Amino acid sequence: MKALKKLLDKARPAFEEGGKLHAFRSVYEGMDTFLFTPSETSASGVHIHDSMDSKRTMIIVICALLPCLLFGMYNTGYQHWLACGATEFPFWTLLLYGFLAVLPRIVVSYVVGLGIEFTVAQWRKEEIQEGFLVTGILIPMICPIETPLWMIAVATAISVIFVKEVFGGTGYNIFNVALVTRAVLFFSYPAKMSGDGVFVSLSPMLGIGGQAPDGFTGATPLGEVAASGATSHAELAQAITGINGEPISGWDMFLGLIPGSFGETSMICILLGGLLLLMAGIASWRIILSAFAGASLMAWIAHLTATPTYPASFLTVGEQLCLGGFAFAAVFMATDPVTACRTNVGKYIYGFLIGVVAILIRTYNNGYPEGAMLAVLLMNALAPLIDWCVVEANVRRRLKRAKA
Amino acid sequence: MADKTSYKDIFFNPFSKDNPVIVQVLGICSALAVTAKMEPALVMGISVIAVLAFSNVIISLLRNTIPTNIRIIVQLVVVAALVIIVNQLLIAYAYDVSKQLSVFVSLIITNCILMGRLEAFAMGNKPWPAFLDGVGNGIGYAMVLLIVAFFRELLGSGTLFGFQVVPQCFYDAGYANNGLMILPPMALLVVACIIWVHRSINKDLQEK
Repeated sequence: MKALKKLLDKARPAFEEGGKLHAFRSVYEGMDTFLFTPSETSASGVHIHDSMDSKRTMIIVICALLPCLLFGMYNTGYQHWLACGATEFPFWTLLLYGFLAVLPRIVVSYVVGLGIEFTVAQWRKEEIQEGFLVTGILIPMICPIETPLWMIAVATAISVIFVKEVFGGTGYNIFNVALVTRAVLFFSYPAKMSGDGVFVSLSPMLGIGGQAPDGFTGATPLGEVAASGATSHAELAQAITGINGEPISGWDMFLGLIPGSFGETSMICILLGGLLLLMAGIASWRIILSAFAGASLMAWIAHLTATPTYPASFLTVGEQLCLGGFAFAAVFMATDPVTACRTNVGKYIYGFLIGVVAILIRTYNNGYPEGAMLAVLLMNALAPLIDWCVVEANVRRRLKRAKA
Repeated sequence: MADKTSYKDIFFNPFSKDNPVIVQVLGICSALAVTAKMEPALVMGISVIAVLAFSNVIISLLRNTIPTNIRIIVQLVVVAALVIIVNQLLIAYAYDVSKQLSVFVSLIITNCILMGRLEAFAMGNKPWPAFLDGVGNGIGYAMVLLIVAFFRELLGSGTLFGFQVVPQCFYDAGYANNGLMILPPMALLVVACIIWVHRSINKDLQEK
């Protein structure tokens, strides 16, 4: 550690104004503050510094995402082995396969996103913000494993530039950057983002794994539901099969051994991560709680009034919560402090509506098997309005009290 | 007004400094709607140039006889008549394109650029400068339309004016057309990028 610090301090003059490597000053600053707590203090006035700065926040979120990430690797391998018709599932090999499958995606998303971030920071003579640390890992986790790398690069670039940088960088964005990346991918390249050919990795990675048979299809459970045309819950349970053709049990749904976007399948890992976020005080329990409440309510209503026109309405409340990306979106996307509501009452409304809209889109629009992404983006747009209404209502209430 | 600014300025200002779309931000609706392909964008641009030029001339000729309190109605009648003529011509000679443009040719009547030019220029100027102003603004509008349509058609369909531009080997290598480019939101982003570039070049247009 000391040697590293010495090295950085020695390199400092080259990055100062007039130094040889001045063009990379923001990169140097970023690395320096990332590795060591800066020794500078504010020159004027009194400032209160919280030890919970944005850097630490971001690192805790990454830790909270680790269970989902690791499980996603295992699940990627597991689904691949299933697709190849294997009967034995060697744990470490599966994990290695998943790691090799996701690594290039993580690298691409970080290189593109951080590249833009560094360039903009240097251009505007600002410090590099830590915001992309989390976004960069979220992007591969919410995309199907077969998404081509160049598409991830294009969508990340569009999203980081137009959703974040033009508004002023980290902390100023209206929409969740990772979700917009997914939305851009979804609307730009629908063939690669939905359907039954993209959620399972089909080819070997560096000689690990086999080649899945030609014409192999592996739809997500929600995709199967939308396409099933089922007329009762029993029929629906028949329609939801794993990629080996056997029905998926409720336990598998909860555990997450189902095809889906990389990091979103496992309810249990999401809950673990959510617990860490709540204990660290980063995520708002109000949003998570009300999102699950809203989703449960909507799923319950849909289940009560189930019709064959919308097969997903036959799903039970538990299945609605476990399947698809809803839980992941509620815990990791909706709680993004930048794009969520700021007022406490607003958080309840915001989370509740995310839950309701997510299930509403998923159930009553057979064209969109999953609505969590659109629900969060929609509520991102409405969050300032909700806050404004809450604040206005408060002002009015206090005015009334002052008059009385 | 005409004696203060030269004819050259009247004609060329709307190209860049006074561009109706990217500086005055008028006519955005049709700019989003007809720019998914180059061909309809071009036809739409020409239609607007024609309608704008002739309605400017007609209103300019009538400007001293129009009672002030009904001037909007008179302007509307003139524009509507011209739009109907253009629409009928399109149906007669370019049926396919007129199908693609559908209601947007008729909606030239409600295009803010037209009412803006008639009110702001034709009502106070002689026919010749009014004609130049109409053509200039029409070209300014058509230019932006064509730039937007160029990017949208190239990236969204891989074609230009209907001809395949992106070679097949790209698709074989895994390239895919960007479906979002066909959708209106992307037109808004492309217009925004043009405004961005334009204002970075013309620093005097930047708001403080």
